[in-house]
This record gives sequence, structure tokens and C-alpha cells, in this order.
Amino acid sequence: MSERQVVGESVRRVDGIKLVTGAPAFTDDIHIPGMLYGKILASPHAHARIVRIDVSKARALPGVHAVLTHRDVPRVPHTTAGQAWPEPSPYDTYLLDNKVRFVGDRVAAVAGESRAIAERALRLIEVEYDVLPAVLEIEEAMAPGAPVIHDEPDSTKIYDRNRNIAGHLLREIGNVDEGFREAGLIVEREFRTHRQQHAMLEPHVTICWLDTDNRLVIRSSTQVPYHCRRQVAMILQMPVGRVHVIKPRIGGGFGGKQEMLLEDICGALALAARRPVKIEYTREEEFYMARSRHPQILRLKMGVKRDGTVIASHMRVLATTGAYGSHSTTVQGNTGSKVLPLYRADHLRFECDVVYTNTPVAGAFRGYGCPQGFFAQETLVDEIAEQLGIDPVQFHHANMIRLGDIDRLSAQLGEGKEGLPRVIRSCGLPECVDKAAAAADWSKKRKAKPAKGRLRRGIGMACTMQGSGIAGLDWASAFLKMNEDGSFYLQVGASDVGAGADTVLSQIAAETLGVTLDKIVITSGDTDTTPFDVGAYASSTTIISGGAVKKAAEKVRVQVLEVASKLLGQPPENLDCGGNQVFTKCECRQTIGMADIALHALYKEKFQIMDGASHFNTDSPPPFCATFAEVEVDVETGQVKVLHLATAVDPGTAINPKLAEGQVEGAVTQGMGFALTEELMLDNAGRPLNANFLDYKIFSAKDMPKLTTILVQTDEPLGPYGAKSISEVPINGPAPAIANAIYDAVGLRIRKLPIRPEDVLRALREKEMEVAQ
Amino acid sequence: MKSLELHLTVNGEEKCWAIAPGDLLLDVLRREGYYGVKRGCETGECGACTVLLNGKAVNSCMMFAGHAEGAQVMTIEGLGNGTKLHPLQEAFLDHGAVQCGFCTPGMILGAKALLDRHPDAGENLVRETMAGHLCRCTGYRKAVEAVLAVSTPPRKVRKQTAGGKR
Repeated sequence: MSERQVVGESVRRVDGIKLVTGAPAFTDDIHIPGMLYGKILASPHAHARIVRIDVSKARALPGVHAVLTHRDVPRVPHTTAGQAWPEPSPYDTYLLDNKVRFVGDRVAAVAGESRAIAERALRLIEVEYDVLPAVLEIEEAMAPGAPVIHDEPDSTKIYDRNRNIAGHLLREIGNVDEGFREAGLIVEREFRTHRQQHAMLEPHVTICWLDTDNRLVIRSSTQVPYHCRRQVAMILQMPVGRVHVIKPRIGGGFGGKQEMLLEDICGALALAARRPVKIEYTREEEFYMARSRHPQILRLKMGVKRDGTVIASHMRVLATTGAYGSHSTTVQGNTGSKVLPLYRADHLRFECDVVYTNTPVAGAFRGYGCPQGFFAQETLVDEIAEQLGIDPVQFHHANMIRLGDIDRLSAQLGEGKEGLPRVIRSCGLPECVDKAAAAADWSKKRKAKPAKGRLRRGIGMACTMQGSGIAGLDWASAFLKMNEDGSFYLQVGASDVGAGADTVLSQIAAETLGVTLDKIVITSGDTDTTPFDVGAYASSTTIISGGAVKKAAEKVRVQVLEVASKLLGQPPENLDCGGNQVFTKCECRQTIGMADIALHALYKEKFQIMDGASHFNTDSPPPFCATFAEVEVDVETGQVKVLHLATAVDPGTAINPKLAEGQVEGAVTQGMGFALTEELMLDNAGRPLNANFLDYKIFSAKDMPKLTTILVQTDEPLGPYGAKSISEVPINGPAPAIANAIYDAVGLRIRKLPIRPEDVLRALREKEMEVAQ
Repeated sequence: MKSLELHLTVNGEEKCWAIAPGDLLLDVLRREGYYGVKRGCETGECGACTVLLNGKAVNSCMMFAGHAEGAQVMTIEGLGNGTKLHPLQEAFLDHGAVQCGFCTPGMILGAKALLDRHPDAGENLVRETMAGHLCRCTGYRKAVEAVLAVSTPPRKVRKQTAGGKR
């Protein structure tokens, strides 16, 4: 194979022009005649039974075409988690129910001729609630006498409904008790993480209508068109073939759109009204009626030898999934399976309980359990290294997972079932550590004496990993056909949510077929016209969907060479593709253009050059990441300012390095928000306090520190052209690296997120008092 | 309840639209097919609905359409098209400043308003201006880089990147 032409190049994204010109590409960028505006009546109570609901006045309002309550819709227990069938998440959710379980839960839905009419109709619905005691705190959910949130008998797959436990996991390799007996130092700490929101700029939006064949069309901002189609068909009791899901351009997802969130209720309204219906969350609704990261309380205990060798880790997690169990055990399973094996300990034990509370629902969010786990592990390791007098960089080098290792914990923690062991076939982690350390000027800055003034600087680090698709479960398919001009039509079920999948998949197809990128015309994420793909999650698209594209392109390439062989009078094995033509590999150097091959195939051979392929992996190669943060702590105000964040990532091959860098920069920005500013706050009745961008602070351009992004490319045997993944792993590092930098600056161990100035200040004051005594 | 006539110029074309007194400029523009004007928050916090009103960047969700009477409005559709792009649009593509693209039209228009007034804007001023445009995908580095590349003289961002080759 000659030098790569398209893969590894930072080409412009293939969907770029329509985005910079504002072309109508997004879900809401259409107008359908007769379209109604749908609205959902949200529960004002955290926990209540609907005793009486009277919609007669709402129905009588002119311009209202449908009003739905739990009495009007099928009762089908399901999960909204957009996961492969059968979903491991509990079936504990209903289209509409006679009970509400959090402030923001669905009570009823209306469709009216304008937004104002729909909003007026909501106000005309009379609801009598029997308000029930609510449980908001994680620790209280399992206590005897706590209100039972899912007392309905027809929900399934709930671990222990009477104790509000949605899911439970206990996994062990080796024997941690034995491991701790061998340890020279054991440290155990508790950590707390919070409710972070996706805050994608495009809120959830869905438009549903019946097409001329009376099929339900769902145009939706979804990461999972196929799962969505299957789930809506089940909930609305229609054959899957009567549902057509279209994923247009998506304005950011980050896991928040790996969720069947509006499609079912919007579809139900369209069926009831027999008119097109749009439902679009307002920004406020997006904050508390969509999904969040799972808040966790983690207890982590690690045992090491006096020389710094990690022997055993025991992690116990108590998490809340909110009122419904979306992604409950799978997110928490990841907190163990993707975090603990970073260190080569023989003894690992992970246990968790995921509890229901009467709070907004948690779900999939970039990092999927790992940001919480790595915050605990990497801050604990920093403390252990300090106690042993070992530089954290050295500690990491000595203990980290390496090439050829087998991670056996993954075999025990698959997606809702036994998984598969993970073999490390590519690993650039040591180089990531060294390069990021150099970029951050670690050795010089770490040695610098702590300042005495008001502003004190410190530096900290963390190492993290993730996966690339769910082993043995995620799969994708792709289809290619050749056009008369020598271009190729590429159809993929993969869902570009902004990360650049359409571009990367087109690059893989172009490279394999030996054509320039402009010869690939891609359509993605439409259940009628593109083949199956599980969707955009678990860092799977490049490796899994990309693998399918490469296979399909290889099959089509064989067909291209067969036709060319007839035209050139050479056996196919003497031919190769490149530069939009097929050429002979021998000295004679005959060539024929792709367009001539296509014309000959179509009009002389009467043969459409086309083929498709499916692809899955039995392993999930981890991308690796090293994060170094330099901070400045204001000891008068407790304010923590990040000065420099250096991130080095091993994504395997970067199919498009500039897009890969963009993934890193976006992930670390969200990671800094997780560490420092972002938390959806609830009052003591479970009502959101800061459901807007003024009070829920995401980083803006002027809040950003200096960012250094380093790609340490490796060659992953299981990935197309050596690619693994990159979009999730960099989000894990900022919180622990920043916490460790704060310790370096002012000697405070931070174990609770987000790191708010008032908490830092309080801790500094307490420390001063201790010193004074 | 359409009871007002609104006269304004959008992207150089004179328009006369029937509107209701309470209509927001954002809603009227989208209703008339200017879909590049995005609805991100409706409370003036995210900047996705930015348009240029007589050359000044404004949040179209924060003003009644009636207040645009007689105004010159520019939306992203007026800046460039599929065949001829504005230098800022080219720079956003070349620098990888676009991910999901939802905040992009507002961000590009905000940058245009800035460079029209301060063609030599430096990084601090660019970041100050861009702070009115929330982006959840990029971390802003590449967008700042793109704007600085179009400023005169073109500047480089102080941040660095090292794309390692195998």
C-alpha cells in the first residue's frame, strides 16, 4: 500500500460549508404546512400521585388539536436509554403515568396551532395531586421507611424496588482482602461528584408527521436513530417498519441525545392530531427535563507496597440515577471497569448501588462514569505518591497499564452482562505522560517553592483511559455505490452529532477506494435510506462505523478493479487504485479513470458497482490520556483559576488530526466546567435553582486558560487505519489534575466537585485554624 | 393576530412583513426562512441568534421585531453562499473552528461586527467579544485562531498545538 492520501490529513469537514453559511440543516430548520406546536405539562412536585386530571377546558380551547394524559396512551414499560436491544437499563418509564417522580416529570401533553395556544392549553389543565414524601439525597434513598419511588408493579429489571435500588454491581478479580494484607500503605478516602448538564447549544427538538403512506416520520435531534425507531414503535405499539427516523444535522449531543426523550410523546401527539407536531425544549426545560451526569459518592481504598507498586484497589460507588434508571448500571459499571484497570494491580474489587431519588434523570454523558471514577482514583494516587515521597509522574510510569497487558476486570463488567477481556494492543500512554509533562514544564514548576502571597500557583497531573465502542455489542454497517462520474455514494447509519463522523468516514472511504474526498457523497442516520448502526455513543463511531466503511469500500474496490481489469486487459492483482484512477502496478503504467470504469460498468456491463458490510469488534481498545494542569489559587477569595491545561492523547491513528484536536479541546473545556463551575442545583423540594446559562456557568472564550493539545499517535490493530477513539477520554483528566494542582498550590485535598470558591475558602480557613492550634 | 407591517432590509433586500406586536425578531426571521438564526436560549445568554442590526451584533431573541422597523439586518445567509464565502467563513473552516455548527453563524457575525470596527483586534478583544457566544463543542481555541487569522495584520493565537505524526 502506498502512502496514505486522505487518512491522516486535516481536511476541511465535508459538512462545513452548509454550517458556516447557515443552510437549513438542523431538525427545526423546516416548516411543514399545518404543523402544530407541542408542549409538555411538567410536574411541579418531586413525588405525587395524580388523583384527578381534567383536560376538558384545554381541549375546548380553539386551536388545540390534541391533549393527552395517561388515560389516552398505551402503558408500555420501557427505558429511554438509547441502548442496544435488549437494553440493560430498567423498564421503569411510561409515555405518561398516573404518578410523577421528579419536578419536571411528564403530566400531560398538548398540541396547538401556535406556541402561545399550546402554553395556554397547559394552563387550562386541572390536576389534583396527592403529594407524596420525596427523597432527594442519595444516602437517604435506601434507608428503611424511605418513600418507594417505583411502586408500580409492571416495571421490570429493577434490582430492588422496595429499597429504591435501580441497579447493583459487585465484581472482583484476585482477592482485595489478601491484597491489602500485603500492602505497606493503605489509603481510603471518600469523594463526591455532582449533577452536570450536557448544555448542548441545540436543545432537544423533534418533529413528527404522517407521510403519504400513513407512516410515522420522526425528524429528531438524536444520536441513536435506530434505537429510537425501535423504542417508539414499541411504545406506540406500531410495527417498526411503520416508523421512519431522520437524523438531520445535530447541534451537539454529548450523550444527552443518546436518549429517546421527545420522540415518543411527539409521535403520540401527531397520531392523535393527525397533523405534524413539533416539540422543542426551551433552555430552561433542557436543564431539568432532559438528562444529566450521574451524581456519585465514591469510597476508594488503594493498597501499595512501600516501593510504590499498586497491589489492590477497592471502589464502592453509591450513585443516583434520578427518578428513572436510564443508563443506571452501565454508567456506574464504567466507573469501575474503565478506571481501576489503569493500574496493574492483581486485586481489584468494584461494587456499586445505583439508587432512585426524586430528582431530574441522569443518563449518558461524555465520559460515561469515568470522570467521577478518575477524579477519585487520580487524586487518591496523588496523595499516595506524596505519602511515599514519589513524584506522581514516576508513580504513574511504574504502575500504569502497558502494551500486551490484559485487563480482566472488563471481562466482568460488560454492558449489562459479562463482558470480554481487554487486551492492550496499542499504548502511547508513557509518551503522553512525558510529552504533556514537558509541555507543562512539570519538573521545574513542581519544584518551585510555594508562594506566600495572595495568588499561589501549583501544578497537578492525572492519567486516564476510556474505550472505543462496547466490545462484542456495538456494531455498524455501511453501503457504497458508484456513480457515472466516478464518485461514490456512501450510506451509513452512523450519526454525526458535530464531532465530524461524516468527514472521518468519508476520509476512510476515499482512502480505501483511492479517490479524492470530493468523490465521496455521504448520507447518514436515516432509518429508511441508510443501513443499521447502533448510533453515536461509547466512542464507537470512528472504530466501529469506520470499520464498516473500510470493509464496504474494500469490497467495492474489488469490483472496481474487476471492471478495470477488463478495460485494461490486465488481471486485477496487477492493478491498484489511486488519484481517482486505476493503474497497473507494473512498469507499463497504464491507467483508466474512475468515471470511465463507472460508465463502462453501468452501460456496457449493465452492472451497478455497489456493496455493503457490517462490522463489530470483540474488544474495545482504550485511548489513553495524560492531563497536566497549572492553577492559581487566590487565598483571599478561594477562586481557582486554571492557567494552563496540557493534554496529550493517544487516539491510535488520528484520521483527521485537526478534528481530533477539536475533540480534545472541547472535552477538556467540559471537563474544566465539571471541575469548577457546572452544577444543576435543586432546592429542598427538588426544584431547579439555576436552569439557565447565567446561573449555570459553562466556560466562555474569555474564561479559557492556555490549552496545549498533543496527539501521540499509535497504530491500533483493531481499528480502521489504526484508529481508536478520542472524543471522550480527555474529559476525565481536568478535575483530578486541577484538584492535584490546588494541593500543590495551597496544600488542600479537594474531594468534592465542583470546586467552588466558597468551599476552597472554607477549607483554607479550617486549615489555618488547625495550624494555629 | 397579525396587525403590524414591518419594513426592513434583510441582507440587502427590502422586505415588508406582517407581524404581531409581540413577535420577536428571532421568530420572524426564522418564520421567513432565515434558518441560520438559531434559537439556543431565548434569554440573551448564548448568542446563537446573533444578527447584525445596522452593523451592530444583537441577540435577535432579545428584541421585538417591530423595533427593527427601517433597519438594515444581516443574517449569516447574507454573508456568503455555497460558492463565495466571506474570509471569516473560510477561516472557520480552515482552522477547524466548526464542530456541530449551531453556534457558528452567531459567532461569525459577532466576529464580523468586531473586525468591521477593529480590523486589528488582538486576542484579548476577540475573546472578550466571543464571550457573548457560548459554544459547547470546541473550547473556542480554533474559533479565536480563525478570527485572528482574518484580522489585519493576521495574528497567531498564543495557544499551541502539537499534532504528533507517527
